[in-house]
Amino acid sequence: MSLSSRRGVPAATQSQASGPGLIPQTGAAIDVRHLRKAYRATVAVDDVSFSVREGEIFGILGPNGAGKTTTVECVIGLRRPDAGDIRVMGLDPQADREELHVIVGAQLQASALPGQLKVSEILDLYHSFYPDAADLGEIMDSLGLAEKRNAYYRSLSGGLKQRLSIALALIGNPKVAVLDEMTTGLDPQARRDTWQLIEQVRDRDVTIILVTHYMDEAERLCDRIALLDRGRIVAIDTPEGLAGRAGVDKRVRFAPSKSFDDRLLTGLPEVSKVERDGGHVIVTGSGDLANAVILTLAAAGVTAGGLHLDTASLEDAFVALTGRHLHDEIGRVHR
Amino acid sequence: MTAHAWLLPSRTPRSAFGKLLQSEIKVAWRVPLGLVLGVAVPVLVLVILGTVPGPDKPVKSFGGLTYFSIFFPILIALALAVISLISLPVHLATYREQGILRRMSTTPVPPSWMLAAQVIINLALAVVALGILVVAGTAGFGLGAPKAPGGFALALVLSIASMFAIGLWISAIARTAGAAGLIGQLFLYPLLFFSGMWIQQEHMTPALRQISQWSPLGAAVHALQDSMQGTFPSAQSLLILAGWAVLFGVLAVRFFRWE
Repeated sequence: MSLSSRRGVPAATQSQASGPGLIPQTGAAIDVRHLRKAYRATVAVDDVSFSVREGEIFGILGPNGAGKTTTVECVIGLRRPDAGDIRVMGLDPQADREELHVIVGAQLQASALPGQLKVSEILDLYHSFYPDAADLGEIMDSLGLAEKRNAYYRSLSGGLKQRLSIALALIGNPKVAVLDEMTTGLDPQARRDTWQLIEQVRDRDVTIILVTHYMDEAERLCDRIALLDRGRIVAIDTPEGLAGRAGVDKRVRFAPSKSFDDRLLTGLPEVSKVERDGGHVIVTGSGDLANAVILTLAAAGVTAGGLHLDTASLEDAFVALTGRHLHDEIGRVHR
Repeated sequence: MTAHAWLLPSRTPRSAFGKLLQSEIKVAWRVPLGLVLGVAVPVLVLVILGTVPGPDKPVKSFGGLTYFSIFFPILIALALAVISLISLPVHLATYREQGILRRMSTTPVPPSWMLAAQVIINLALAVVALGILVVAGTAGFGLGAPKAPGGFALALVLSIASMFAIGLWISAIARTAGAAGLIGQLFLYPLLFFSGMWIQQEHMTPALRQISQWSPLGAAVHALQDSMQGTFPSAQSLLILAGWAVLFGVLAVRFFRWE
């Protein structure tokens, strides 16, 4: 039920931005239109368009080599697009690079820090780079770096290096944070801690672009997700919306407190099928299925015990939309 | 990006440069590549010279000059060469290889500041090395003050400029620390040879001596020796040094990449 813990997004604006041919939104924090970038003969990103609202966590999800990193590198001005138009808080990442780097914090893949500097020295250094930097002590505390302040960077574990990297992305009090594969290589506990942190950051109204190839991460954190495959956007929607597009039904399984007539549920618009499995009832359907079932049963004086909800996953959605699995090399991605 | 933004972005706090320099000094102290190579190696050569009798006695075949006064400019060349061809490029290429420059290029600090910090640190190393050579040479080997101090200073500045330009060019093109070290050494040994490190320029064949005069360290040693012995360095050697500085300076700026 992790989906329900996400912050709600107005339904009207969700549909407005779905699909590649979206209408550009005025007032969007990030607006990318018809982005194209090729490296020699290889087209990394082709006609990518999306728009991120202020304060939103926007996921870019796709398999390795889908063009995720190239896309965000163009957004933060590290790469010059071959074609297309990008605006970040109204700034052009190429022409206004200087101003952009004041308001955008980035956590990049394949970037490191000098191994011979201590955590506190690195934080202090990057703190001095920004005109309106965040409070150093607060950043250190909220990222759990305070007790490691005197450790050298080269001696840090992968999880701590990632945390420091995220701290540096946030140290300038950015309006936009770009986090590329922030939990890759972390153990499960460190991943969950990082997720919690990102949720705290969102509460500060920082707009976040989250690049990931982890389904659970995207489902847990993102308000909306762009599915990227072979350099193209396959779909943009909320996690539920994407799962819905997969055409995979939701299933509710429960043990009723007393017997009831199946027709009580089959009459509901959300319900497509009702089955019995011993003492359990399995209801298949779509939409807000669980709520509809529980309310209807309650009205009839039946409580649903041991309630279990299966929803279609983003993985299902990805397969349905692209005909391919997100992780072709599962062993490599899920360490 | 405009040149102004490249060097002095308007929103970046100016104090950031001091912080950057400070932390680069810490790194240079904790990984003392430049300190060991640039300062210790010439000092070691000095110590070896000190154990051999006679470098401070006048030698007839040098026109009455001491062996040490002939060799002193070559020691300067050695210190400059190691600092500019190895210490500076290997450090910057390591930063490029590890993505440290890439990380920095997403901040308001222009990576040119990193370049400036590294040049300042390696210049400081060169000054320390020169200081030690001068003090030790004066105290231990009877080295006198240069007879043409203005010419000496000018020759020194142009020598540093030409060697640092070559080092920055290597920093600009080497993707990895290993590549930087390799390219640095490809320059280091031939340039030291033509400086007269192993065979005095005077004893080279005419063809080698020609090359030597046109090479940066050969011209540097020539100009430094002239000014030590009383004549202002020849315009030719000064112009050659300036030429190398400009050529490689332009190439370095032209080909520099952050990742």
